[in-house]
Amino acid sequence: MSAPASKSQALHATEDPWWAKALVLGVMLTFLGLVLFLPIVAVFFEALRKGFGEAWTAIRDPDAVAAIKLTLLTAAIAVPFNIFFGLNAAWAVAKHDFPGKSFLITLIDLPFSVSPVVAGLIYVLIFGAQGWFGDWLIDHDIKIIFAVPGIVLATIFVTFPFVAREVIPVMQEQGVDQEEAAVSLGAGGLRTFFRVTAPNVRWGLLYGVLLCNARAMGEFGAVSVVSGHIRGLTDTMPLHVEILYNEYNIVGAFAVAALLCLLAIVTLVLKTVADAAEPSAARRAH
Amino acid sequence: MTALAPSQPARGPWLRRKSGIPGLGLTMGVTLTLLSLIVLIPLSAVAIKAAGQGPAAFLHAALSPRALAAYRLSFGASAIAAIINGVFGVITAWALVRYNFFGKPVVSAVVDLPFALPTAVAGIALASLYAPNGWVGGILAHWGIKAAYNPTGVVIALTFIGLPFVVRTLEPVLRDLSADVEEAAASLGAARWQIILRVILPALAPAWLTGCAMAFARAVGEYGSVIFIAGNMPYKSEIAPLLITIQLEEYNYEGAAAIAVVMLLASFLMLFVINFVQAFARRYGG
Repeated sequence: MSAPASKSQALHATEDPWWAKALVLGVMLTFLGLVLFLPIVAVFFEALRKGFGEAWTAIRDPDAVAAIKLTLLTAAIAVPFNIFFGLNAAWAVAKHDFPGKSFLITLIDLPFSVSPVVAGLIYVLIFGAQGWFGDWLIDHDIKIIFAVPGIVLATIFVTFPFVAREVIPVMQEQGVDQEEAAVSLGAGGLRTFFRVTAPNVRWGLLYGVLLCNARAMGEFGAVSVVSGHIRGLTDTMPLHVEILYNEYNIVGAFAVAALLCLLAIVTLVLKTVADAAEPSAARRAH
Repeated sequence: MTALAPSQPARGPWLRRKSGIPGLGLTMGVTLTLLSLIVLIPLSAVAIKAAGQGPAAFLHAALSPRALAAYRLSFGASAIAAIINGVFGVITAWALVRYNFFGKPVVSAVVDLPFALPTAVAGIALASLYAPNGWVGGILAHWGIKAAYNPTGVVIALTFIGLPFVVRTLEPVLRDLSADVEEAAASLGAARWQIILRVILPALAPAWLTGCAMAFARAVGEYGSVIFIAGNMPYKSEIAPLLITIQLEEYNYEGAAAIAVVMLLASFLMLFVINFVQAFARRYGG
C-alpha cells in the first residue's frame, strides 16, 4: 500500500496501535465478564443445577405463581400511570415556556436520587398504623401498607421519572413548528398530540416504557419495606427470590431469578432494536 | 440527568411563549398534582417525622455510632465503586466508540444490564459468584482474598450497579469529539500518548465527573443488590439503607426517619453537585 505520507500521519493520530487495542479490549472484556456476564451465567447455572424439571416445579409452586401474578399486576398499574404522567409532564415542559422549568425537571427527577428504602419508608410514615392516616384507615378497614396498594404506590414512586425523562428531550428536539401548524389548521390539543406529536416521540416513549417496566417488575428495596412479606399475598417476584434464598432453597430462588433475568434480556434486546431504529435516542446518556 | 439538558430550538423563548399550542394549564395541573401527591408530600413526611422528635433525639438517632459506621461504609464503598467504574468505564466507552470488534452489539447491550436486571437477582448472582465456594470467590480465596460477606462484597455490588452511568455518559462526548483536533495535535508533532493525555482526557473530564457522580449517587442508596453479598454485620458490613429497614422492623419510626433524612440530604447534595458539574461543562467546553 502506498498511502500518502500525510494520510498515514493522520491515521496515526486517531488510531491506536494493535497492541493498545488488544490491551483495551482485553481489560474491558475481563471486567465486563467478571461484573456483568458471569452473574447472568451463574443465575441460569444455579437454576438448572438439578435439571430443568426441578426449576420448572419451583416456578409452578403456588406461592411463586402468586408472586408472578402480583408482579404483573403491579407493573400493569404502575407503567400506564407513569405513561400518563410522563406524557403530561413532557407536553407541559417541552412545548411551553414558563419560569422555573429546570427546577420542575429536577423535582421530576427527584425519585432517582432517593434510596428505594426511603421511598418505602415515606409511605409507611403516611399510611402505616402509626402514620398520618393510620387511625382513619384502620377505622375504615382499608389496608395500604403490608398490602397490594402500598406495593403499587412504592413502585410508582421509584419509576416516576422514567417515561418523563425519556420523552421530554425527544419532544424538545422536535420543536413546536409542527404543532403550531396543526393548531393553526384547526386541530385541537388532543388531536394535535395524537396525530402530530405522539408519532414523533414514539421511540423515546418506548425507551421510557421499557426501562420503567423493568424497574417496576424488579423493584426490591421500596417494595420490601411496604410489603410485609406475606407469602402468596404480598410477595412480588424479587421478594419471593429473597425468601427462597434465605430458606436455602437455592434452586427455587434462582429459578424465579432466571425468569426475571429473561425479562432483563428481553428488555435489552428491545432496547437495542429501538436504538437501531432511532440512533439519536441511543446517543443520549441516561 | 444529562438526558434533560435543555436543548432549546433556535427561536427565542419570547416567540415561543406566544405560541398557540394548547394544553399548558391542563398538563401542568396534572403534572404538579401527581408530583405533589406521589413525591413531594410523601417525602415531606420523613422530614416532619424526623423533626417531630426534637433535635436531641434526632441527633442521637442520626449520629449514633452504628449509624455513623453505616454511613462510612455506604459512602466509602460507593466512592470506591465510583472510582473503579470511572477507570473501567473510560476503557469500555473508548472501546465501544473507537473500535470495531466481534460481538460489539452484545457488549453494548450488556452494559445496560444493571438498568434492566432486578437488584435482588444481581445480589444473589454476585453473592453466589464471589462467595468463598463460588466460581470467582473460590479462586480469590486461594490467594487469601475474601470477596463476599464483608465490605469488599459491598464494593462489588455497587460497582455492578454504577457501571452503566459512566459508560453511557462518556459515549456521546467521545463520539462527538472531532478527529480534527487529534489530527491537528499530531500534525503539530504530538505523540499518541500526549494526545490522549493532553487533548482527549481533558475533553472527557466533565462528562467523566458527571458519570462518576451519578454512579456514586445511585450506589449510596442501593439496597437490593448489596444485602445478599454484604454479610450485614453491624458496625462492619451494614449499609445505611439496611439500618433504616432494621429500625423499621423494631418499630423505631423516628430513628428510621432520622437516618433517612441524613441520606436524603446527602442525595440532594449530590444532585446539586451533578447539576453544577453539568452547567460547568456546558459553559466551558463539552
